[in-house]
Amino acid sequence: MKKVLKPLIAVIVLALIPWLGVTYGKLDYVFAIIIPYAAGVILALGMLFRLVDWLRRPVPFNIPTTCGQEKSLDWVKTNTLECPSNPFMAALRVLSEVFLFRSLFRNTKAEMAGGPKLVYGSHKWLWLGGLAFHWSMLIIVIRHARFFLATLPVPIELLDTADRFLDVTVPAFYITDAVALAAITFLVLRRLSDAKMRILSLSTDYFPLFLFGAIAIVGISMRYVTKVNIMPVKALAMTLASFGFSEPEPIGALFYVHLFLVCVLLAYIPFSKLVHMGGIFLSPTRNLPNNSRAKWHKNPWNPDIKFRTYAEYEDEFREKMKKAGIPVEKQ
Amino acid sequence: MSNKYALKPDELKKEFEQKKPRILKENLAGKDWWDLPVEFRDGNWCFPAKPEVLEDLHFANPRKWAATDKDWQLPDGWEKIIHDGMKDRLKRFRSFKVFMDSCVRCGACADKCHFFLGTGDPKNMPVLRAELVRSVYRNDFTTFAKILKNFSGSRTLTQDVIKEWHMYFYQCTECRRCSVFCPMGIDTAEITMMVRELLNLIGVNNNWILAPVANCNRTGNHLGIEPHTFEQNIMSLVDDIEDVTGIRVNPTFNRKGAEILFITPSGDVFADPGVYTMMGYLLLFHHIGLDYTISTYASEGGNFGMFTSNEMMKKINAKMYHEAKRLGVKWILGGECGHMWRVVQQYMGTMNGPADFLKEPVSPITGTKFTNAKSTKMVHIAEFTADLIKHGKLKLDPKRNDHLRTTFHDSCNVARGMGMFEEPRYVLNKVCNVFHEMPENTIREQTFCCGSGSGLNAEEFMDTRMRGGFPRASAVAHVREKHKVDSLVTICAIDRASLPALMRYWNPGVLVYGLHELVGNALIMQGEKKRTEDLRENPMAGFEEDDDDE
Repeated sequence: MKKVLKPLIAVIVLALIPWLGVTYGKLDYVFAIIIPYAAGVILALGMLFRLVDWLRRPVPFNIPTTCGQEKSLDWVKTNTLECPSNPFMAALRVLSEVFLFRSLFRNTKAEMAGGPKLVYGSHKWLWLGGLAFHWSMLIIVIRHARFFLATLPVPIELLDTADRFLDVTVPAFYITDAVALAAITFLVLRRLSDAKMRILSLSTDYFPLFLFGAIAIVGISMRYVTKVNIMPVKALAMTLASFGFSEPEPIGALFYVHLFLVCVLLAYIPFSKLVHMGGIFLSPTRNLPNNSRAKWHKNPWNPDIKFRTYAEYEDEFREKMKKAGIPVEKQ
Repeated sequence: MSNKYALKPDELKKEFEQKKPRILKENLAGKDWWDLPVEFRDGNWCFPAKPEVLEDLHFANPRKWAATDKDWQLPDGWEKIIHDGMKDRLKRFRSFKVFMDSCVRCGACADKCHFFLGTGDPKNMPVLRAELVRSVYRNDFTTFAKILKNFSGSRTLTQDVIKEWHMYFYQCTECRRCSVFCPMGIDTAEITMMVRELLNLIGVNNNWILAPVANCNRTGNHLGIEPHTFEQNIMSLVDDIEDVTGIRVNPTFNRKGAEILFITPSGDVFADPGVYTMMGYLLLFHHIGLDYTISTYASEGGNFGMFTSNEMMKKINAKMYHEAKRLGVKWILGGECGHMWRVVQQYMGTMNGPADFLKEPVSPITGTKFTNAKSTKMVHIAEFTADLIKHGKLKLDPKRNDHLRTTFHDSCNVARGMGMFEEPRYVLNKVCNVFHEMPENTIREQTFCCGSGSGLNAEEFMDTRMRGGFPRASAVAHVREKHKVDSLVTICAIDRASLPALMRYWNPGVLVYGLHELVGNALIMQGEKKRTEDLRENPMAGFEEDDDDE
């Protein structure tokens, strides 16, 4: 349980820092201006470094994992998405992973039955939970644009309206708030409820989930419970969006807990498993077309290897070959 | 079947019955994976390479040792060798680096590995197999994780870690099934290949892989068969073909000017039941009058270099193009094999091509251009035969396989490293009348490994092999009960070598066949005698000798 408690305590401590800092230290400026910029810089430079660091390493071999029929004879039906034969389809394959979690959709659960016999059941909960989590997070991030922009672009306005369509609370309830919380809860519980997941999970798997959870809970409580005054928040967001440095108006400690945890998350991304948001685009098993028999793939460091030539082989076995009637080069 | 290296089937069945429906072998509550001990015992490790094999290959640290030894006699400075080796490979392979960085441990892969399903050992979950290395990677190559050592699951490289790597990276058959399910596309086969390269740098290895590598280098094939014996063996198959069919086929060896060079795994030339597949090829080539030759020098389709290092893979593979060039053939036709085809599809052109001295493959019988092979100039026999049948160029009597009730086992590498699913099924359905698919989670891209691939087909590894093969055997048992299937058809030489033992263990009575053996049975040869027996000289159903003399 230490694996779970440590990250939980870490998130609680992290949440207390801005609360104490603002309430007792009057460090509003640090938490409003300095830390957000620092986190932004760490995220931008960190991810840039990670991407460059990945991209400068070569892909010596064309190694797609083929999950469908390859392009071969004209009359054989091919699976162009799961076994792409050109870069365009390979790109679609990657996008289907990014937006729809296509491979996760295949997920099954194996169990031992009597006989003994292995049985496999469809098991789409991880796919559904993962998709719900990632999409609701994306929508939540996008609709936060209302704080940073003077006038909201129409698509974001529409997204925001759609998210609020239930219209059951004041202010209107966002569906994604509930979905995100439910998904995070599911993702934590699935790690705790299954023996396999318990042994393979690390503290660094729980930490981001708790962090996301804390950010969401604080955010939701500001909107529906404590009803933070929006005007100074919007003013600060506009300041940050225009790279300004002016002193923020008083907002309240709870808001700074939310903002600080977001900053921790942003700064944490490049150094943790959260880099998978970039890595998923670069997986050679998914982003390459399966065309290496039709099109030559170059390995930039292809080594010169001395192999045993036919001449050396014949030198060793010439007499035996001649006796067996196998043609030789030299008599 | 009993063997000192494996439990009796009933004992293993009992173990599985006791833990059902769980896969995990024990309750691991409160434990961390890095605290679980690594236990080498009879049946779960392969003998290390003999010193003379290593000397022959100029490989590191030749010595006599065993996995059960306390001290593995690692060379001085082995930690630095591994560290530098990792650094070098992280630099040369984006795959390795990205796979180290982007795992989220979602667990989708956990119950996809046949070794996990059969052993219940948590470190056989692909995610943990990779974590065995990732934990060291985080410690040695990432500052942030090193600071938060315990938090991030990082650890220092010790001899015990090397022992653990040896155990679990030789309990992975590089089958890639986990990578089908991974949302990040992480391929454990790639990680296993990297770690095996690293382990070879300090002399931690497997004789069942390196002895064939040394043989293949010297004689051209894994079994170390010299040219005259290679030729004699095929000629004895020619005699057997004549006995069954009355037809004398006429293969040639190392013949310059042939149109096509035919290369197949040497298992098809020497091992039962691979030899019957070889007889099928020979009959097919005779039937269509193919202008082909077989090389005694490039006499191995398989490539155990793939299970050793990319350099060794290249070295062994180089013979194919070298020989094709010397003989002046137009293109190369490849026999039924699994990892051979992963090498041909994904590595050969890059490593030893471009093969500009060869011609874009065209079937001399149908005129079909194999545009999907226009760069490597190597065609798979199943593609070749499917095209022949589609064009009506083969005279076939599928009734001649009525004594067999078949199912088809997709070989891992052909499935997930090439994407060939339809051609072998098309051929199979044209040469036999009874065919039933195994359950959908066990075929095509989700196919299960035989449990002995990637050089783990050693006798002394029997316990792990029979466990690792259990998911495949369980699927065969299903169609056996449901459809009375008794014949498991494959297009892989390692399958043909390993599945018979697996079937004897789990499904006695099920026999293993190569696709082209069934083609050979079904072919109506011009001028043949009355066929009453299949290529194994077993009686065919409905073709009994007529009692004419009554």
